Amino acid sequence: MAFRSPIKEARGLGAAHHGVGHWWAQRVTAIALVPLLLWFVVGVAAHSSADYAQAVAWIGSPVNAVLMILSVAVAFYHGSLGVQVILEDYVDSEGLLVTLDVLQKFVAVVFAAAGIFAVLKIAFGG
Amino acid sequence: MQTDNRPLSPHLQIYRLPLTAITSILHRISGAALVLGTLVLTYWLVAAAGGPESYATAQAVLGNFLVQLLMFAWTYAVFYHMCNGIRHLFWDAGHGFDLTTARNTGLVAFAAAGVLTVLAWIIVFSA
Repeated sequence: MAFRSPIKEARGLGAAHHGVGHWWAQRVTAIALVPLLLWFVVGVAAHSSADYAQAVAWIGSPVNAVLMILSVAVAFYHGSLGVQVILEDYVDSEGLLVTLDVLQKFVAVVFAAAGIFAVLKIAFGG
Repeated sequence: MQTDNRPLSPHLQIYRLPLTAITSILHRISGAALVLGTLVLTYWLVAAAGGPESYATAQAVLGNFLVQLLMFAWTYAVFYHMCNGIRHLFWDAGHGFDLTTARNTGLVAFAAAGVLTVLAWIIVFSA
């Protein structure tokens, strides 16, 4: 016999009111970041003493540009999800929590957009 | 009535955290540090997009000895967070919860992060 009422299915969001969306996105971005990070660290390490022309040639080549854009996008997304959890754990006041969380999301999106635009500018020979 | 040997709740300043607790809080600390690192990554990309002069400035700033030390710490943080994150993914799938395994995989995460950090900096110094 099912003891749970159908309203659980209708709402499906649990005590935190946002279901498993955050949890799942954090895991999916984590998995995506494993190969991206290995590429990123090796690439940046190998080009750590590159001059301007070498650095721009490396970032701007099609495969590297795509991987760099993905790295920036996924890293900021994953980072923002993580900062949200830290804020939720330590900030008691609901109003302050929402304010700080919206603020950190804005910062993440602005920096991600700037990073992605920079890669596109390099790739398209700006 | 004897009351002096009752279990106490952990008092963080005198309580020796078990290894699994240390790996847990370091996961959060390294994650927070890496968020700051992504801001530096954006700075580097924007500087490269800005032209030779801004790129030269960025290379000088990032080549500073103290910043290089920070970079080394970030390298360890990134690999620790990655290795310990994989450990978390196995937990999410329901594996590795018994105390011995949880402790051993924590030690493996520390060690693997160390090896990967050294390898990355070998690439840096041979570049």
